[in-house]
Amino acid sequence: MEALVALVIGTLTACGVYLTLRGQTFPVVLGLTFLSYAVNLFIFVMGRLAVGMPPVISSVASGYTDPLPQALVLTAIVISFGMTAFVIVLALKARAELGNDHVDGLNREEDAPR
Amino acid sequence: MNSLASHLPILPVLLPLLAGIVLLALRNAPSGLQRGLALAATLALIPLAGALLAAAGSDGPLVYRLGDWEAPFGIVLVADRLAAWMLMVTALVAAFALLHAFRGTDTAGRHFHVLYQLQLFGLNGAFLTGDLFNLFVFFEILLLASYGLLLHGGGRLRVKAGLHFVVINLVGSTLFLFAVSTLYGVTGTLNMADLAVKLAQTPPENLALVETAGLLLFGVFALKAALLPLHLWLPAAYGQTSAPVAALFAIMTKVGTYSILRIYSLMFGADGGPVANLLAGWLMPLALATLAIGMLGAVAAPTLRQQIAYLVVSSVGTLLAAFALASTEGIAAGLYYLPHTTLGTAAAFLLADPIVRARGAHADRLESGPPMPGAPVLGALFFIAAIALAGLPPLSGFLGKFMLLRAALESPWLDWVWGVVLTAGLVGVIALARSGSLLFYRTLSSDENLPVPRATDWLPAAALLGTLLGMTVWAGPLARYADATAVQLLTPQTYIDAVLGPRP
Repeated sequence: MEALVALVIGTLTACGVYLTLRGQTFPVVLGLTFLSYAVNLFIFVMGRLAVGMPPVISSVASGYTDPLPQALVLTAIVISFGMTAFVIVLALKARAELGNDHVDGLNREEDAPR
Repeated sequence: MNSLASHLPILPVLLPLLAGIVLLALRNAPSGLQRGLALAATLALIPLAGALLAAAGSDGPLVYRLGDWEAPFGIVLVADRLAAWMLMVTALVAAFALLHAFRGTDTAGRHFHVLYQLQLFGLNGAFLTGDLFNLFVFFEILLLASYGLLLHGGGRLRVKAGLHFVVINLVGSTLFLFAVSTLYGVTGTLNMADLAVKLAQTPPENLALVETAGLLLFGVFALKAALLPLHLWLPAAYGQTSAPVAALFAIMTKVGTYSILRIYSLMFGADGGPVANLLAGWLMPLALATLAIGMLGAVAAPTLRQQIAYLVVSSVGTLLAAFALASTEGIAAGLYYLPHTTLGTAAAFLLADPIVRARGAHADRLESGPPMPGAPVLGALFFIAAIALAGLPPLSGFLGKFMLLRAALESPWLDWVWGVVLTAGLVGVIALARSGSLLFYRTLSSDENLPVPRATDWLPAAALLGTLLGMTVWAGPLARYADATAVQLLTPQTYIDAVLGPRP
């Protein structure tokens, strides 16, 4: 199971890095989303993988799983969700103001350094 | 634990948060009321920071346990000398930048004051927190507020610069999370003091993981601090935004430098056992290269505000070069230089605003323009700001650089530090002299009717320059405080004992 999870995180990160380096804003936003998925999984896994364990110490269970990464990942999900919403709105605004969806807003003469 | 004084460390975090929420509720109130409230909340941070400076100076680090949970299980705020020092710089910059914003920036869009207070909330929290994940959260708060402030007022170039700024910081946040969670996975703690203890006992099989996480964190902080080669976002972002926001952002790069100083003195410092002095080979060359590139950028900059932004980059280089010496004298020199350069660049950004306005269509492009109305006042202030930024005597920048050069005497980096700092100083003088003469002396005759700057346009900048004068006059006590701060940073056991030791 560890190998599978590691592969998933690695693939998500690789896709995220590739997409973030693209020139259009939409793939960049997707890339950032992939990166945040990868890191959220990564945080979660840092509490070690366990199956069927409660996140509290209990007399009926044979053990427990670390609850802290689960709390951390909730915080990280909320933050990355908010940030993604923000960056989408910003990308739309950039599309409207710059007239194209390139991250550098190219091909407009008035932006050329004078 | 009932008296108000014991809650002192959390007040600089709570006050801007509450003020921000109240201002949000009052968003349709008359702008005079909003301004008054925002100003009162911002000014109140100065005496709070002063009280913390005094308390941290006399009793050692103040530890505030949120919810009274014992460290390392609960989150702690730690107000030591360094944190209080940073809070004071933030409070001063924020107050003067806000006064400048009252000229009209705050009404150019919605929610300026709310975002401004939340930015201060994030900044103060980042300086005070003693928990690594909490540091991440405060980073996100200050970044989200800064995105809003950066874009405030709108405009094509601002949106373009803002998009780069947001994307690069989101990537930085992802890396921060990777680093923090790796550290948690290895050590099982996020409390900085506890991490320092655990990392010093890292078993050899985990060493590679911990070092990877440590260097990844350095990459994140280097991005926030605009250290070479991660500085490229800064000139565009700072050069395009409104003057008060750029002035407030002068403190933002210092959050990165603060984090580098904090993490790499506490967790990866000389007492770090197997992970000791993790940055020893990295920080100094990068800092000196940043200093050089920043100054070259300042010479090459096509506009005044970009030139100041490049001077921010070079000041980060100077600061980190001082911290990289890792000696009491070096860190003290950096700590004395930090308020100087923050207040100085903030003043320069505020001053650039009336200069831009007084030049009509030429705006802040560094070229000959029509004679400026009000040139004697603006020119004199620009001259003082230039002296401060170039680090010439008699202002505090010279003292800071002198302390840095003296501290480097004992270092193996002596030749490099002296060579780069002195050459960069000369280049900085040339760059600022060139823009000064282009703006104020080599003017073209024109009958353009330009607005005469009013006193309120340049008074906040002048007041900031006045604080530099204060820093020069009271250099003795300030240098002593910086010295004691450096001693405290180089003995991380004080911090660890304060957080993890028995309660007083």
